[in-house]
Amino acid sequence: MSFQPVLLWTDLLFFLLLLAAAGTVWHARRSVPLSAAWRKVGRRPVGMASATVLLAFLAVGVVDSLHFRPQLPAVEGAPADAAPVYSSEVLSALDVLLEPLRTRTEKTYSAPFADRLYARETVELPEGGQARIFPRLEYGAAHLQDPDAERAADVARRLGTGVLVAAVLWVPLALLVAAGVARRAGEPFAQGLRRLARGETGLAWRTVLLTLAAILLVACAAAALAPWYHILGTDKVGQDVFYQSLKSVRTALVIGTLTTLVMLPFAVALGVMAGYLGGWVDDVIQYLYTVLNAIPGVLLIAAAVLMMQVVIDTHPQWFATAAERADARLLALCLILGITSWTGLCRLLRGETLKLRELEYVQAARAFGVQTPAILRRHILPNVLHIVLIALVMDFSGLVLAEAVLSYIGIGVDPTMISFGTMINMARAELAREPMVWWSLAAAFCFMFVLVLAANLFADSVRDAFDPRRG
Amino acid sequence: MLAYIVRRLLYALPILIGVNLLTFLLFFVVNSPDDMARMNLGARHATAEGIERWKVERGYDKPVFWNADAAGAEKLTHTIFFDKSLRMFAFDFGAADDGRDIGREIRDRMGPSLAIAVPTFLLGLFVSVSLALLLVFFRATYLDFWGVVICVAMMSISSLFYIIGGQWLVSKVWSLVPISGYAPGLDAARFLILPVLISVIGGVGSSVRWYRTIFLEEISRDYVRTARAKGLSELAVLFRHVLKNAMIPILTGVVVVIPLLFMGSLLVESFFGIPGLGSYTIDAIGAQDFAVVRAMVFIGSVLYIVGLILTDLSYTLVDPRVRLE
Repeated sequence: MSFQPVLLWTDLLFFLLLLAAAGTVWHARRSVPLSAAWRKVGRRPVGMASATVLLAFLAVGVVDSLHFRPQLPAVEGAPADAAPVYSSEVLSALDVLLEPLRTRTEKTYSAPFADRLYARETVELPEGGQARIFPRLEYGAAHLQDPDAERAADVARRLGTGVLVAAVLWVPLALLVAAGVARRAGEPFAQGLRRLARGETGLAWRTVLLTLAAILLVACAAAALAPWYHILGTDKVGQDVFYQSLKSVRTALVIGTLTTLVMLPFAVALGVMAGYLGGWVDDVIQYLYTVLNAIPGVLLIAAAVLMMQVVIDTHPQWFATAAERADARLLALCLILGITSWTGLCRLLRGETLKLRELEYVQAARAFGVQTPAILRRHILPNVLHIVLIALVMDFSGLVLAEAVLSYIGIGVDPTMISFGTMINMARAELAREPMVWWSLAAAFCFMFVLVLAANLFADSVRDAFDPRRG
Repeated sequence: MLAYIVRRLLYALPILIGVNLLTFLLFFVVNSPDDMARMNLGARHATAEGIERWKVERGYDKPVFWNADAAGAEKLTHTIFFDKSLRMFAFDFGAADDGRDIGREIRDRMGPSLAIAVPTFLLGLFVSVSLALLLVFFRATYLDFWGVVICVAMMSISSLFYIIGGQWLVSKVWSLVPISGYAPGLDAARFLILPVLISVIGGVGSSVRWYRTIFLEEISRDYVRTARAKGLSELAVLFRHVLKNAMIPILTGVVVVIPLLFMGSLLVESFFGIPGLGSYTIDAIGAQDFAVVRAMVFIGSVLYIVGLILTDLSYTLVDPRVRLE
């Protein structure tokens, strides 16, 4: 199948961010204090476990960021050398991996592992007349003759396969880590394995392996069951909720990371300048962030999103596909959230710079006649970077939670874009239904909880390791 | 003191002007009134006459900054900028899209908003500070450890979950209180218990952790060691010394939100159907009523500045070293 790659704006920035992260890792390996601080994060089991979970989410997000437009089959009778026509639907690599989940939509709601729809339908009986029954699902549990009798055994069998696959994947990984541990210490393999099992390695590798085991178990079990059942049910239009949950991960990651990324240059430049230069520059910058701070965040976001929506709606010619329009809105949301949230970091950086500029080494640099830009770059910036890093990881979880709330209020991501917020928003309408449709909500909240909890724990570890005030 | 307050109020003026200019830029310069009319009317009704009528009804048909057709001072006053922006300084917000006076609406809705926000604030503060003191009292024990773990877990749960889950459990399964609604007078208590409780529980995780950090920072100070050396009990140390000295960081975070309580809570009010300012704002956002959003932005920033001034004043109450001149 031929396709046309599509690079959305958020993809580009997301990959740039990953590149920057890789650069940071490379830089940290060469700098003694930085690698010491990171090793401190790595020694803590909580830090390593949360980092592993976050990396798993990141992997889903990255695969979901490789976008393309598939080529449509050539029209009958078209000349052979006609330019290929591409679908207006933008897909991602994750969509290809989850092809069956994406395309197998039912008519409407169905419960997790259900074999029948959640709503009655009028059907013509073969012997004449009509009846209102819960019809069988088109795809969910469709391979079973008598679902009520066979389901438990079938699920157990497939679950067993999943666990087996997970074990087969995990054992070599564990042995590989053990070999690595042994090689690093220059000891025999058995001793490395023993140290790993007892958790006596420098970095908390045992925790990483245990977390990986849990992730692999869940992933393999899901992979074994998802082609045959709707493991988290289906939503109102019959789309698989598990698929939606996985797609929401990218939206959450983009909001959580890009928002801080887009505001970072402003916050750093303005904060450092205000602190170091003082005088009228300081006054102007302080005025700027007091004004922005004075407006309640939600209202500023609401006002800006309303205005941006008008801009997007009045310029349809800017966007080739619906995905590009939704993406523009996502990016704009990141920008707006960034504008409303940079003030806190800016104020912190200003305060820290005020302290730094009076230190001897900065004064010495000034006395030697080093130019201001050089002092800022060489002496101030590296010494405030820990604040930036801490802010980056601390903001992430709050932003993921904020996305859900904003989408609920109607000033979040585009309604066509799958996110935790839109999932909750759509499911909310069905709460009054009897019996309740709970699975969409439960899935969104669970995924969000795991992601945010991991982010919170990781942020705590990073802060403890990098903040000089904490021992 | 009075001179200080007057000076601070004068300082506030440029900030309010800044807020005003910013919202004006956002609402009238980024998009022309024509764009907004088209958006508001929808594609079907967006004829040339329809747009013109929409603009006339809302007073958006005037020039933005300078009315060359008018005479004398009206050159300045017959403009969108004067009508929509400068009038706000006199708390004259004009009419909403449904024709009702925004100022009146705000006065009517302030009561229900406060009825939720004030109990939430007081109860939340009391619960958080008590729990934080409890954790600090048992610091470095399993109780402290698991307390912090529970706090982090509670912080990681979406506020939407607390609301939806609470409504489902308490109102639907247990049928203890009505799911949503509001009644004036004492009757309101029935409707207010659940939203207040849910707001408190939703916020308790992060605030307990924050207060705990503040208290722990204080507890390593020399005066605490002195107090213990004098033979004071740990409880006396905590309540009489640590709590008092932690007042400054606590007030810094707390007092600034007191005036903003008037604004209500967007989520809670809209979920529980409380006719307060929060649900008013949400409805305005949903209906794309720009006049209401603009008014709320302005009021919000006024209240924020009041909060900043109150914070400074409150320092003099708890710390005799602070003098405002």
